[in-house]
Formats: sequence, structure tokens, C-alpha cells
Amino acid sequence: MTAANGTAPGGAATTPGAGDNGKRRIGVYVCHCGGNISDYVDVDSVVKELEGDPEVIVAKTAMFTCSDATQQEIIQDIQEQGLDGIVVASCSPKLHTYTFRDVARRAGLSPFQYTQVNVREQCSWTHTDDKTGATEKAKRLVKAGVGRTRLTVPLEPIVVETVPKAVVIGGGVAGLRAALGLAGIGISAFLVEKEAQLGGWAAGFGEMYPYGKNGRAMVKDLEAKVRSNPDITVFTNAEVTGKAGSFGNYQVDVRVQPGGGKAPETITVNAGSIVVATGFAAYPVAEDELGYGLDGVITLPDFKKMLDGATGPLTYNGKPVKNIAYIYCVGSRQDPYEVEGGHEYCSRYCCTATVHASLEVAALGGHTHQYHLHRDVRTYGKYEKLYDESLNKGSVYLKVPDDEPPVVTRDQKSGRLLVTTKDVLAERAEIEIPADLVVLVTAMVPRENEELTKALKLPIGKSGFFNEIHPKLRPVETVVDGVYICGTCQQPMNSAEAVASGLAAVTQSASILKRGFAELDPLVAMVDQSLCTWCGACDEVCPYGAPQEIEVTGADGAVKKVATIDKTACKGCGGCIPVCPVNAIDLEGYTDAQIRAMIDGMLAEPGLPGCVTQEVIG
Amino acid sequence: MTATGGFAPKILVFSTHTISDPGIDLAGSSHLHYSPTVMVISLPCTSGIRPDWITYAIEQGFDGVFVATDGEECAFLPNCAELSSHIVSRAQEMLKEKGYEPRRVRMAAICSVCADPFVNHMAEFSAALADLGPSTEERAA
Ligand SMILES: Cc1cc2nc3c(=O)[nH]c(=O)nc-3n(C[C@H](O)[C@H](O)[C@H](O)COP(=O)(O)OP(=O)(O)OC[C@H]3O[C@@H](n4cnc5c(N)ncnc54)[C@H](O)[C@@H]3O)c2cc1C
Ligand code: SF4
Ligand code: SF4
Ligand code: SF4
Repeated sequence: MTAANGTAPGGAATTPGAGDNGKRRIGVYVCHCGGNISDYVDVDSVVKELEGDPEVIVAKTAMFTCSDATQQEIIQDIQEQGLDGIVVASCSPKLHTYTFRDVARRAGLSPFQYTQVNVREQCSWTHTDDKTGATEKAKRLVKAGVGRTRLTVPLEPIVVETVPKAVVIGGGVAGLRAALGLAGIGISAFLVEKEAQLGGWAAGFGEMYPYGKNGRAMVKDLEAKVRSNPDITVFTNAEVTGKAGSFGNYQVDVRVQPGGGKAPETITVNAGSIVVATGFAAYPVAEDELGYGLDGVITLPDFKKMLDGATGPLTYNGKPVKNIAYIYCVGSRQDPYEVEGGHEYCSRYCCTATVHASLEVAALGGHTHQYHLHRDVRTYGKYEKLYDESLNKGSVYLKVPDDEPPVVTRDQKSGRLLVTTKDVLAERAEIEIPADLVVLVTAMVPRENEELTKALKLPIGKSGFFNEIHPKLRPVETVVDGVYICGTCQQPMNSAEAVASGLAAVTQSASILKRGFAELDPLVAMVDQSLCTWCGACDEVCPYGAPQEIEVTGADGAVKKVATIDKTACKGCGGCIPVCPVNAIDLEGYTDAQIRAMIDGMLAEPGLPGCVTQEVIG
Repeated sequence: MTATGGFAPKILVFSTHTISDPGIDLAGSSHLHYSPTVMVISLPCTSGIRPDWITYAIEQGFDGVFVATDGEECAFLPNCAELSSHIVSRAQEMLKEKGYEPRRVRMAAICSVCADPFVNHMAEFSAALADLGPSTEERAA
């Protein structure tokens, strides 16, 4: 197993894993993909192309390389022929890299001595108009793959020990539920909340959609469970200010404000993973935007407070509220050409929250007329029923133009508010609505959290929320190993969705913390310390703090400062490689020698072996 | 050389595993066409390309190199677009010094659904390189 702080370049010169005579023993499998490839690429001639290469021991075609039978055959070849590298030329590496890495592993070969060559998406499928060209290209690509494989070294995943504890940052519904989930499976949780109270937004709400559950009561219930759980430590008035250590074993600094004028205290806790659940902020409406500032023009969060406090028909300034106009999508779905740095996304919760609020108004009695000035009603899934219900209760929905927001003024004669807009579904007929209250349905926006973002090196997406690795496949993981995001700090969500993603972060934490160890990809940067002069350029470009300064004693006995890469911090992006003035850095799996070998393979004219670069004239 | 015998410039594309390479894959899954003399090496991030890989590719016989960056979407480095364009400028300077046309190197942001834009870039770049002629002749000149 690899040590956490390795430095030796996996130099190709000695080629560990090579056969007895120093020569490699490579197996190449070219896939028909049932015809998806072989209808356009002459796969037999691709295999034939490798005949002259003394290091290609096995070269064959297969109808479906990913089938169980062929996987077995590859394993058998590796074991019987003593193969030390394999190349599969088939579909995109996005589909089967892990399949074939696993085949190598099962055969006792390092999973990183396998190369996937894309001859489907990037060859047969795109050159259906040119079979000769596609076949020639496939030959070049396969030779590039063989060239790369020739220089592979038997890497193993980096194994790190993990501590069965987690820090949850943010005590809203997502964070509370995540802390309970962790404790429930035996992972101790430290819950860090910035405010004096737990619960986030939901703690301030009365009835919530979809089932009318009371937000305050729900938070109270969660808080009681959290406080009484011996495996959860709660810090309020507390913030995370720093993180040291590495994946699986972080030291997290928590600054706690004891109150009563006492100085803040910093406590360091040890944790294997960090779950960020810091929530959202409400869109700050600008003075004058849609009449904001006029008496009676309020935001949805303020309206919600008013509703939660009401016991009978709504009144405002002591007068009954007869007409309400809701203006939807305030601060959401903004046109980037109209509003600089605007929020292009839909805030997701607000259509349903507004429809739900209108039902609460109806339930209070008082025959209030309610006008919903929307751009589309997005009461998706089961929330559509709430929309139907509000129609039945008399709410009126008007689709207003995307490019022309309503105008809110005060009518001098009547003293009431006046909303002027156009009805898109009635040929943009102009409409005037007198209103006692205008509710601005405000967006969810990212919360200011600069200190935390810096401390954890959290990636921020285009919309300003924290960014996951992949929205579909890895929805709560970030590029920082062991740091997960959930709830509305990631994107707009309602409370059910926030809780669900909190639980997904629990599962991810469990998958690394319950085993006691975790495996990291070893495709990271490495420094040739004989060349390095510790100029610091790599350290400057790396946002993960992976390059570190150490002292080594050279062959001449002199001590010098050089860079070493913390393998568990390195993301393997390669960003430090071109900035090194002495070319001392290589990326495992994509070394300088491997890239050049791939270029050579691609340029070797068909009919000639891939290891020899041919001068091509004309 | 293509089957038709005309000059088909060889283009090396550097793509990225999570963003631009899926965009190039999508061109294939959509059965869009570009020249089979276009070949792709996918890396974690275009900020990791050494400029001398670009010059090596041209010197060894590629007629052009296209860097398909992630633009603002890179998940690794906040200043990836800037770093990548710096790499491309350095490669262009190095090519000029070696007597090659710096226009043999191009960079553009390709996202994971940029199938059509990629194909258009390849068509334009191929045409521009065809005008320049083979890189091997340039070196000889
Ligand atoms: C007006 C309105 C009505 C709504 N109505 C409904 C409804 O009826 N039904 C429904 O399902 N959803 C509703 N929602 C949405 C719901 O409020 C959210 O989905 C939910 O509260 C999100 O929870 P969260 O834990 O992600 O974030 P939050 O509730 O924002 O909690 C985040 C917590 O993190 C803390 N925090 C922030 N930064 C730090 C830091 N650096 N360190 C430590 N702690 C930090 C915050 O203080 C806060 O306690 C409504 C929202 C609004 C605005
Ligand atoms: S949920 Fe509705 S109100 Fe909210 S941004 Fe989306 S469309 Fe607009
Ligand atoms: S950039 Fe190169 S020479 Fe400078 S410290 Fe890093 S590895 Fe050493
Ligand atoms: S490869 Fe990327 S993450 Fe690793 S040390 Fe270099 S810049 Fe940092």
C-alpha cells in the first residue's frame, strides 16, 4: 500500500511490472460492440496491425468485450500469458473504465495498467461516412493506447485510514437530519451552528407544505432528538474556521462564541468527513424594485410571518386585506443580459410556497381576492394538487410576460396599491389590479459564507451555490474528498428535498467511514526531487495545498529544499505541471513520456509499429 | 491522407475527462461527422497540458492542435481558463521560434453537450489548416 506522502516519480526507466527480459507483455482487445464498431471499423485489420509489436502478446477481437464471458477470457489471458498491461478498444472510457479496471484487479494486475481506447463514440459512430478513414484512425488510436500502456507502472489505490466521526456545518433541517442519520449508524457527529438557535429557516415557519406540518414543531422535535443523542455534540454560536490534516482524518477548527462578552474560543475536533449544510439566503429586493419600499409591498418570507401569526381574516395596518397580488419569480429566472450577474435559475420552492400561502389565506376566511402574477406555475409532482385546490378556492392565475415585469404604484385617488401588467394568454391585454398587499415571491440565493468557503476550499458553481462533482451521478460529493454538500447551500430545494440530500451525505460519509479506510485514485502529481529547486510555483497554482516544502539530503550530502506532493490532498488535475520551470512534475497515468508515446502512436503510419515515430512527408 | 487523396490535416485535440470529452463523445453518439484525421487525448484538465507536448505534436507530424477547455466550468481550478490560455500562448510562441505558424494551435471552450460546436470548430480548423498546408512542409521551408 502506498504511503500518504510519496515523492518518487514512477519513472518509466525501470518499468516495474515488466516481463523477465524487461519487455512488456500487453494484451489488446478490440470490440465489435455487436456491430456498432465493426460495421464501420475493420476490427480484424486493427488487430493485424499490432502483429509486428513484440510487446503485444495477445491481440484479439471480441463481439462484446464487456460481456462476462470476455471479461473471464481477459482474466485467463492475464494469468496464463503473464500479461502486465491491457488495452481495450471499445466504447467511451466514461462507460467502462471501472469495469475493466476491475477485470485487471480480479486477475491480480494493477487496475492502473489498463488503458481504454475510445473507438466507438470517437471513431466508428462519428465516421460512419468513411470506413477507410475510421479503420485507419482506429489503428492509430489503438497504437497510442499500447504506447501509453507500455509505460504504465503497477499503481495501487492510496489507502487512508478514516476516523468514524463527522462534522456537520449548519443546523437547518438538512443538517439536523444529517447529524441524526450519522449518529444512527454509529458515526459521532459534531453539529456546528452559527446562530444561537438551531433549525434555520424552518424554525421560523408555522404551517408548511405539503402536509401542513408546523415548521417550528418539526424543528423542536428534531432538536430534542439531537440534543438527547449521546453521539451528537452541538456547538451553537459557532463557526468552522479552518481545516488541517487530510481526507479521512481532518482536524477541524471550530470557533465558539461563549457570549456574555467573553472572548471566542477555538476548539479542534477530529473527523473523517465534513457535511456542509449551510442553507440559503432570501433574495434581497432592491429599493424601488417592483414597488418595494411602498407601504404594503412585502416579501414572501415577511408575508409568511404575517400569515403564521394570524388568527382570523388578514388585516394590514388595521384594515381588512381584500385584494392580494403575488408577483412570482422575483430575483429568479433573470435574464443575464438584463440583470448583470443575475440569477438565471428557478428557485423551485416558491411557486408551491406561494400557492400554499394562498390556501392559508383562504382558510383564514375573509373572502380575500388573490391574484397570482406568474411566469409559469411550477408546482411540480404531487404539489400540483395544491394548485388545483387553490383554483377551487378562487385564486386567479395570470401569466405575465417574461420580458416585462409588472409595475407597482400607489393610486393617488384611492390610496391603494395598483399593479399594472399584461395577460400573456389574452393577447397581452393590459390589466390593472388594485391591491391592499403586494407579495414579492423572492428567490433563494446563496448565503455569504466566504470564511467557510476558504477554510474548506469549497467549489462554487456559476449560480453562486456550492458545486457538486456531478449533478446526476455524484450529487453530494465535492472535488474535496470527504467534504459533502447538502440542502439549500447547494441549490434551491424545499425542505423534503433538503432532508433527502442530507441523508445522501450521510450515506456517502458512511461508505468511507464505516470501513475504517478509504481508497483514493493514485493518479496524482509526483515531483522529481533531483530537479526541483523549491521555487514554489506549483504551490502557488495549486488551490488544494498539495505541494509542500520539505528538506532532503542530496547525493552530495547537501541539504536542499524541495517540493513533495501530499497524495491525499492532490486532485490529479495536473495544473502544477506546466508551471514548473524545470519540468520536475509528472502526473501518474499521464506522464510526459506517456503523452509523447500516445502522440507517436497516433502518427505511426498504418503498417508500421507504434513505437517508432515515422517522418511523414507531404 | 484521406481516401479521396486530398490533404486532410491531422488535428490533435486535448480534451478533459468530465466536460469536453463527453461533448466530443456526444458528437459521435449523434452521428455527426468530422474528419477521421482528428484524434483526441483526454486529460483531467487542460491546465495540465505542457506547451512542449503541443510543439512535439506539430513537430512529429500533426498539422494542428486544438485545446478543448472547460471554460468556466472546470471543477478543479478556479482560474483554469486563464491558465489554459496562457499554456496555448506559450505553445504559440514556441512554435513561432521553431518556424511554425502559431495559428496551428487553437483553444475553445467545449461543454459536455457541445456536440455541434465541436464539429463546427473541427470543420473551420481543418479548413484553416488546409490553407496553411502540411506542418511538415513548413518545417522543411
Ligand atoms: C418563505 C418561505 C417559505 C417556505 N415554505 C416551505 C414549505 O412550506 N415547505 C417546504 O418544504 N419548504 C419551504 N421552504 C423552503 C425551506 O425553508 C428550505 O427548503 C429549508 O429550510 C432548507 O433547509 P436547509 O437546512 O438547507 O437550510 P437553512 O434552513 O438555511 O439552514 C442552514 C443553517 O446553517 C446555518 N449556517 C449558515 N452558515 C453557517 C456557517 N458558516 N457555519 C455554521 N452554520 C451556518 C444557518 O444559520 C442555518 O441555521 C420555504 C422557504 C421560504 C423562504
Ligand atoms: S418556483 Fe415558481 S416562482 Fe419560484 S422561480 Fe420557479 S417559476 Fe418562479
Ligand atoms: S514548480 Fe517545480 S521546481 Fe518549483 S517547487 Fe514545484 S516542483 Fe519544485
Ligand atoms: S495536480 Fe493539481 S491538485 Fe495535484 S498538486 Fe498539482 S495543481 Fe495541486
